[in-house]
Amino acid sequence: MSTTVKSSNPGTKAAKRAAQPYSERAKGERRLGWLLAGPAFVVMLAVTAYPIVQAGYDSLFNYRLTAPSEREFIGLGNYGVILTDFVWWRDLGVTLLITVITVIVELILGFALALVMHKALKSVRGLLRTAILVPYGIITVVSAFAWFYAFDINSGYVNNWFDWVPGIDPDLNWFAGTWTSLFVIMASEIWKTTPFISLLLLAGLAQVPDELTEAAEVDGATWWERMSRVILPNMKAAIMVAVLFRALDAFRIFDNVFIMTNGAFGTEVLSLLAYRTSISRLEIGMGSAVSVLLFICVLLICFIAIKLFKVDLAGARGSK
Amino acid sequence: MPQHERFEPRNRKKPRALAGLTLALGAMLLSGCSEAESVPTLTWYINPDDGGQAAIAERCTADSGGAYRIETSLLPNDAAAQREQLARRLAAGDSSLDIMSLDPPFIPELAEPGFLAPVPDDVAQRTTQNVVEGALAGAQWKDELVTVPFWANTQLLWYRKSVAEAAGLDMSQPVTWQQIMDAAASQDKFLGVQGQRGESMTVWVNALIESGGGQIIQNPEAPAAEIELGLVSEAGREAAEIVSTIGKEGLGGPGLATQDENFSMILFQGDKGSFMVNWPFVWPATNSAVEAGSLDPELIEDIGWTLYPRVNANEPAAPPLGGINLGVGAASDHPDLAYQAIECIVSPENQAEYFITNGNPPSNTEAYEDPRIEEAFPMADTIRESLELSAPRPQTPYYNEVSIGLQQNWAPPRSVDPATTPEQTTEFILAVLRGESLL
Repeated sequence: MSTTVKSSNPGTKAAKRAAQPYSERAKGERRLGWLLAGPAFVVMLAVTAYPIVQAGYDSLFNYRLTAPSEREFIGLGNYGVILTDFVWWRDLGVTLLITVITVIVELILGFALALVMHKALKSVRGLLRTAILVPYGIITVVSAFAWFYAFDINSGYVNNWFDWVPGIDPDLNWFAGTWTSLFVIMASEIWKTTPFISLLLLAGLAQVPDELTEAAEVDGATWWERMSRVILPNMKAAIMVAVLFRALDAFRIFDNVFIMTNGAFGTEVLSLLAYRTSISRLEIGMGSAVSVLLFICVLLICFIAIKLFKVDLAGARGSK
Repeated sequence: MPQHERFEPRNRKKPRALAGLTLALGAMLLSGCSEAESVPTLTWYINPDDGGQAAIAERCTADSGGAYRIETSLLPNDAAAQREQLARRLAAGDSSLDIMSLDPPFIPELAEPGFLAPVPDDVAQRTTQNVVEGALAGAQWKDELVTVPFWANTQLLWYRKSVAEAAGLDMSQPVTWQQIMDAAASQDKFLGVQGQRGESMTVWVNALIESGGGQIIQNPEAPAAEIELGLVSEAGREAAEIVSTIGKEGLGGPGLATQDENFSMILFQGDKGSFMVNWPFVWPATNSAVEAGSLDPELIEDIGWTLYPRVNANEPAAPPLGGINLGVGAASDHPDLAYQAIECIVSPENQAEYFITNGNPPSNTEAYEDPRIEEAFPMADTIRESLELSAPRPQTPYYNEVSIGLQQNWAPPRSVDPATTPEQTTEFILAVLRGESLL
């Protein structure tokens, strides 16, 4: 009740803050909200914020797990080594290449699949959606192995089945060259995650009111005009969210590369570099620095998407 | 050691008041369990095999007369992943690491920071008698025994008798790499070598350099910044020449750049097979494939074996050395019992049994006297001879950096250039060791 009394007496900042017109019910809801979200928030802090801070701290040391007594503070030395090293820039290039190509291809394929799912007859809709979602339900490591064995020169069948394609013959060793390896890695990634993007786009497609497309149709708009002038502009929020989510995911690609080439022959990506430095080499300091830089890259992608492309995360949920 | 005793994440058996109380309560609730619990349990972290280590664990548990019980715990498949897991557990002071099956190249890395419990003098004395020299060298760090040799592995040169005969090669005499390369080329067949970017590449390059009279590391015990490499040498150039020729002339087949030991064997078993350097596991594997009907029985008759090829005709080869040693974690609660168990595990009888059932050759020469060995492995004498000649990979705490640095520059084989690769590799590895370069 005191809030209502104070609200008639504006002036200082403190009074303004207290002046927020929360009713008892609203306050109760806020309290309930905190009680419900609080535990999850604490868990998030413990499993996300704490390791990030720890990694940031560790990255300032020259610290090898098997030489604990030689640990020494070197400030930003690790970052200096990484950012002046060819390996970092090569891996960043490979990661960006995989991100850009897979996201573009997935967006096109995903949109086509979303249209199919949207337009499908009610009787087959459930079956169709399930069929399209199957690759997404497969564990990435399993799908990586499946693709690896299909293309592998010793056990694969691709070379035999597709030997009529120019450039493919029984002696083609896919995983011995940078571009052929990257092709398989990206194909596997696209096959696996296109369903995810198509689901997000399907949700966006469902939000476009039928009246709009019908009105356009009555006005004599062609299919292409309806698509580019009515449907796509109305789906922009959903498309941008799908692109952002997939770009962040694709940037952190690990499993496919780890299983298929383990980074050999110029196919290494940043997550694998972080893994190899921290886990294989046991260089906790240098590995943490790689991880921190990877984290900054992800933040940058988010920043670019939200500030420059104005991705509206709330809009996609239809709460606008 | 004090810094790892603080953590004790898996400290299961420390006689603390609270633990005692819990045990007492547990005993009250589950009377009858207490007797079994009082026998100390030793955990043995084993590398995957065909069940041989688990069988030995059972036998030694029975033989101990209730002094201890050995429980096995499986490590990941490849040596690098085994090392990662063990190093992390040891660094955190995991007290469950009572006995560990360790790949020799990674032992210095674990011994240097004191992660391994010292081997008692009497155990060291008893377990090193009749052990082949290479295996003994791999069990030591800074001239002190830090692990106990268990089994020792070596690569042989396997050949198809028909191909050798057609090429006019006398296999009763030592052969050189040049000879088998020429023979394979003349018969239009492929050589079975491991050209994959992996540990097998280091194994191959090390054997070539050691056979040529060189060494990858000149001073393996030096600190990281002072290590000197021996790649830029006549032996290094010769090794690069062999790897490069096999890669550039397609002698290893189209799959060379991704070929590991298993795929070399499959290539060797096929129509294009000629000569192959590989571990003895290929013998039982080929025999069981024949028994299963997936390979022609005549293949077995066509397979011959001899010592690893030489680099120079008049110098003996230094075949690769592998195998497993047993170590005890410094944080183990029962180091004495663990060493007692290890003495049982590495007994010549157990080593012979392990060879026969799992195909892993003994490190103890006495074990080769078991008459069943000659029957299961007709090449046992060659293996033993090869073990005596074999040279371990560089024993240094920075083995991982050296090995991966080498693999990155020597794989795929076709990219190796004898004029530049040894020098580039040296510069790269030294920069990584100085902390100036990413690996």
